[in-house]
Amino acid sequence: MRPVLRVPRLVAVAAIAAVALTTLAACAPGSAGSSTNQSGSVSTTLTTQKVTLKIQDETGFPVTSKLAAEFTKQHPNVKFKIVRDSFQNLLANAPRLMASADAPDLIRLATLGSNVKDGLLTNLDPYFKAYGWDKFSAGQLATARMTTAGVRGEGSLWQFGIGYSVTGIYMNQKLADKVGITSTPTTIDELEADMQKAKDAGVLPVQTGMQDGVGTFVLQALINQYGDKQALIDWMFNKPGATFDTAAAVKGATVFQDWAKKGYLPPDVNAINYTTMVANFSAGQGLFMWDGNWDAANIDKALGKGGAQFFLAPPEKAGGKFVAMGTGNTFAVPSKSKNHDTTAFFLNWIATNDKARQIVVDVTGASPGGDPAQKLPSVEKGSLIEKALELSATVGKDDGFTDFIANTTSGIYQGALQPDEQLLLTDKMAPADFTKAIQAFYVKDLAG
Amino acid sequence: MSRGARRALLAGWLFLLPAVAAYLLFVLYPLLTAVQYSFYKWNGIGASTWVGFNNYVQIFTDPTLLAPIFNALILIIFFTVIPIVSGLVLATLIRDMRPGPFATTARTVLFLPQIVPLVAAGIAWSWMYAQTGTINQILNAVGLGFLSRSWLADFGTALPAVGLIGSWVLTGLCTVLLLTGMGKIDPALYEAARIDGAGWLRLFSSVTLPGVRQEITVLVTITVISALSSFDIIYTTTKGGPGTTTLVPGISIFRLAFVQGQVGLASALGVVLLILVLAVVLPVQRISREKD
Repeated sequence: MRPVLRVPRLVAVAAIAAVALTTLAACAPGSAGSSTNQSGSVSTTLTTQKVTLKIQDETGFPVTSKLAAEFTKQHPNVKFKIVRDSFQNLLANAPRLMASADAPDLIRLATLGSNVKDGLLTNLDPYFKAYGWDKFSAGQLATARMTTAGVRGEGSLWQFGIGYSVTGIYMNQKLADKVGITSTPTTIDELEADMQKAKDAGVLPVQTGMQDGVGTFVLQALINQYGDKQALIDWMFNKPGATFDTAAAVKGATVFQDWAKKGYLPPDVNAINYTTMVANFSAGQGLFMWDGNWDAANIDKALGKGGAQFFLAPPEKAGGKFVAMGTGNTFAVPSKSKNHDTTAFFLNWIATNDKARQIVVDVTGASPGGDPAQKLPSVEKGSLIEKALELSATVGKDDGFTDFIANTTSGIYQGALQPDEQLLLTDKMAPADFTKAIQAFYVKDLAG
Repeated sequence: MSRGARRALLAGWLFLLPAVAAYLLFVLYPLLTAVQYSFYKWNGIGASTWVGFNNYVQIFTDPTLLAPIFNALILIIFFTVIPIVSGLVLATLIRDMRPGPFATTARTVLFLPQIVPLVAAGIAWSWMYAQTGTINQILNAVGLGFLSRSWLADFGTALPAVGLIGSWVLTGLCTVLLLTGMGKIDPALYEAARIDGAGWLRLFSSVTLPGVRQEITVLVTITVISALSSFDIIYTTTKGGPGTTTLVPGISIFRLAFVQGQVGLASALGVVLLILVLAVVLPVQRISREKD
């Protein structure tokens, strides 16, 4: 028995010694937020030296590869090295990638989070001035701004969008014909009447899901219309005192729950995720689907030309202004990058060069953004992508773009919206309790 | 100690060195840093603040952090009890079979779920559990259509449904290990018991069960750990929903650390999970040792 007893004792001694050592040597983990690495002056002339820009992007987003190839063709001294990882992994790893000694020059960064405070990003203000990005519509860059106190929408510029999305509602034309819908609805009441028509005809009115929270598109499209959109934007931008517990949000949640009760949503909505939702709609299940322009090409392919329509979520009353979620596919320049000027030149080129803008539209189906006065790239006539660009322009005219409420805080989508909307849709939570629960999580998440 | 003995001891340690170094570097060091992080409020990158036991207090006072722990405890029924019980039954049946292709095939088929990646198993099962999936099709076909539902979206059935995926995966492992254990039992014991007039049940409880006690201990340890630290099955099927009915500590820790940037709180939850696993597994080990 002796040798057997000895081993655990040995391990225990080693463990105690190790604990003592680390405790003695332990200093607090992490480092104090260093000030952003910012050279005083910036240059808008492209370097003549040989440079390789490292881009860290998400998988399934090939636009950066095409843009890089075109840029190298125009400027052979600049080469690119692009590394990809899944969106989820990238979201989780971005801070560590940017903090590493081998930081990329450009990284796909969907949310700013605490990266500004931690000094991981390059302040793009000098480039904004030097390149005259003030010509872009203000809403385009609003979500990419953040103050040092962590309020978004104002302060310095930290991100740059490659392609700007717009969300709306897809309608299956074959099913619309079947249930006798002749035109897309122009008010929420008309929309609801169309849903009832579908229900009566035995057609699923809405294809959506809540397993992963994708149905939040539907909820937000309602809240957008029921109140002052600025109040919701302030909340999404984390302005002090902003709240989700508003009359508009309660009304939106009430109508959303009502639609579930009336059987407009799939009966197993809580088991459907984004992928299943798009697959189901593409297979002809569901009259309406709330989704973004990024699926326009897929749906054109699945349902055939003219097989679907894409329209903006309607206002409450006829003639009301359009509000739609839409945001840039945002990238940031890590402060540890050694090629700030070259990377900024590349970003400006994407928004202004005709060939680059054409690539953005061809590959992503998203609006290229940039100066609204600049010529729009050409697209296939009658395609959903053409429609999406048109809708994007309509929302822009109404100054109606808002961010997604899922981006309000880093944890709110998975930690509160997804589980609480599941409760809401199954009538296990009242709308007023729902908005309070979301607000409570928001306060907790912001406090860290 | 003679010079020879000392040299032998030194040589022994040298042989151990690679393993000990790997253990210190990849197990002990991360564990200790996690313990250290658990006393801080830290987002993983920026400055950190010492908060003492605050993270632990939060875990035991915040119902949204406690609920996953209870869900994980319920999963023990599906990850440990069901697989071991059905493993015992299946192993007894297979052992009684005449050795031949059928017995080998049965063993292989039962073990197959073990080699399927859990992520793939989770996705396949979520299709079967869906509103139009295999399970409901079978129910409809046999006239039990009124029972059909979206099993993973129903608040009452989601946790048992994901639990049964675990049962499916682990039953094969339990069967094969118990079968090996039964093979070691001296056939003379069965012979003697039979002569004394023992029936099938008596043989099982008095000869088979005591004979595989070691294997059961090992299985309880492995399966309890996989129940309490489950992640992949839940992540691919329900993501913790509907509501928080299938939320487990593994998912909470991942979200806290990598989505919400609360590395300190996530580490504290990890440490609590570690202590919980030890609290369940160590008594099991002790019981089996005492009976020896």
